[in-house]
Amino acid sequence: MKSGKFWAWVTFILGAAYFFIPLIATLEFSMRMKRGEYSFEAYRVVLGDARFQESFTFSVVAAIFTIILGVLLVVPTAYWIRLRLPQLRPVVEFVTLLPLVIPAIVIVFGYIRMYGSSSPLPFLASGFGTNALLVIGYATLALPYMYRAVDTGLRTIDVRTLTEAAQILGAGWTTIIGRVILPNVLIAVLSGAFLTFAIVIGEFTVASLLNRPAFGPYLQNMGANRAYEPAALAIIAFAITWGCMSLIQVLSRFAPKSANRPN
Amino acid sequence: MTDISLSGPSAADRTIPPAARAMRLPTQWLGVAPFIIFALMFLILPTLYLIIGAFQNADGAFTLQNIADLAQPTIVAAYWISIKVSVASSLLGAFIGLAIAIAIVRGGLPNWTRSAALTFSGVASQFAGVPLAFAFLATLGRLGLLTVLLRSIGFDLYQHGFNVLSFWGLTLTYLYFQIPLMVVIIVPAIDGLKKEWGEAAATLGATQWQYWRMVVIPVLWPSFLGTFILLFANAFGAIATAYALTGSSLNIVPIVLYAQIRGDVLHNANLGYAIAFGMIFITGLANVFYIWFRTRSERWLK
Repeated sequence: MKSGKFWAWVTFILGAAYFFIPLIATLEFSMRMKRGEYSFEAYRVVLGDARFQESFTFSVVAAIFTIILGVLLVVPTAYWIRLRLPQLRPVVEFVTLLPLVIPAIVIVFGYIRMYGSSSPLPFLASGFGTNALLVIGYATLALPYMYRAVDTGLRTIDVRTLTEAAQILGAGWTTIIGRVILPNVLIAVLSGAFLTFAIVIGEFTVASLLNRPAFGPYLQNMGANRAYEPAALAIIAFAITWGCMSLIQVLSRFAPKSANRPN
Repeated sequence: MTDISLSGPSAADRTIPPAARAMRLPTQWLGVAPFIIFALMFLILPTLYLIIGAFQNADGAFTLQNIADLAQPTIVAAYWISIKVSVASSLLGAFIGLAIAIAIVRGGLPNWTRSAALTFSGVASQFAGVPLAFAFLATLGRLGLLTVLLRSIGFDLYQHGFNVLSFWGLTLTYLYFQIPLMVVIIVPAIDGLKKEWGEAAATLGATQWQYWRMVVIPVLWPSFLGTFILLFANAFGAIATAYALTGSSLNIVPIVLYAQIRGDVLHNANLGYAIAFGMIFITGLANVFYIWFRTRSERWLK
């Protein structure tokens, strides 16, 4: 058993080394912009770059709309599946997992061919339409994560009893979902939201193929043309991902601990 | 006792007469209609459009020519290198991830290692794409920290045939999101190994090795294989990391398709559809196996 513990430590430390060396190297590289000394020059240049600010703002706004669309799409569906159509659950689960099966590049290729300017639904004919299609594409990519998060949240509350109680008090469907169900699964929804945010911020393929001025294509462009700024951007991107995941961790502590399972 | 059973879900169902159920059916479906319409319009139909297009020529007539045209050396080479990178990174990722998962769950390490590794895995499994490529260039590029460090102690990686823009460089980079994904998925499966099974095996006189060979491996095997396949699909569809890392110098399938979409480099739109179809076919096939193994593994992990 003693040697087991030894090997466990070896595995853990080797793993930690593999994951931390690239981070340390990137941090070190990002601070080498000024010759002969360590400085935050690259960060100053990047953060002061107007295109950084524009593309980052664009991606943040896109992420917010993606989250709204995702919530509007997933919460009522997951709720309804639990309440009335449990027989449909395998089908919906299968569909929500499809974006993990079909590569993003294939999905967006399909969009470009189906919703071009000369098609019956010309999303790509206008800037607004293209932005809408971008948000739709992001919502599709985030679907597996969003649905899982919300469905897990719904599992911890008694959907049927809450609904019946609200109905007895005279609530309509909008009230039930907006004021009874949503607050109860809010923490789960927020977990899904932060994961969605992390995915959207760095996303490259969809934004690039739809020609949107998002953060991902900006990152790629910087990588092709600059030396030290990309490393600074990588550190910033990692910090954002880390921030989102920490928020999910913090939120999950507040989540109800499945007090009364309906099934 | 009685009032609990009255408000129970099964009791509520039974009070509805069959006729009322049938009447309510259309409104039932209205609740999921937005989702179904969204999924059809933005997930299923666009994919079907490409799949059907793969079997049509420019005039819309049915043909197998596009599929046959995939046999061009450049496209075959692209598929081949994609499959190799995906297999290598998912195989290594699965085994290394499993080793780390076993170390943190069963290795007798202090508790903080488990939570630290799981939190970090959650982050790293999402840290793919362009920034990841930058990180590996800063580490193993010609001027990367590790390259420079190794050179200063007299070992030149690049003289020994290593290049971060190569097959192994890409595989090593992909492992950065493959290993954490494995850890995140496989830890619950290892948690599901009940202590009693070990005790039962010991009671029956099993050695440690027999316990592993006859209990642990058979129970973990389906989850392991299932996750391996998921990792494969994950690597196979990834483009951003490779594109930012290598530009277009390493022709994996997603990069060929990307170039086709951006510039019609193959001068044949339907051949592009066929490439997309090939990708769906391969990831789809992998996922059929995944679902099959998942259903087998779930028997044990209640």
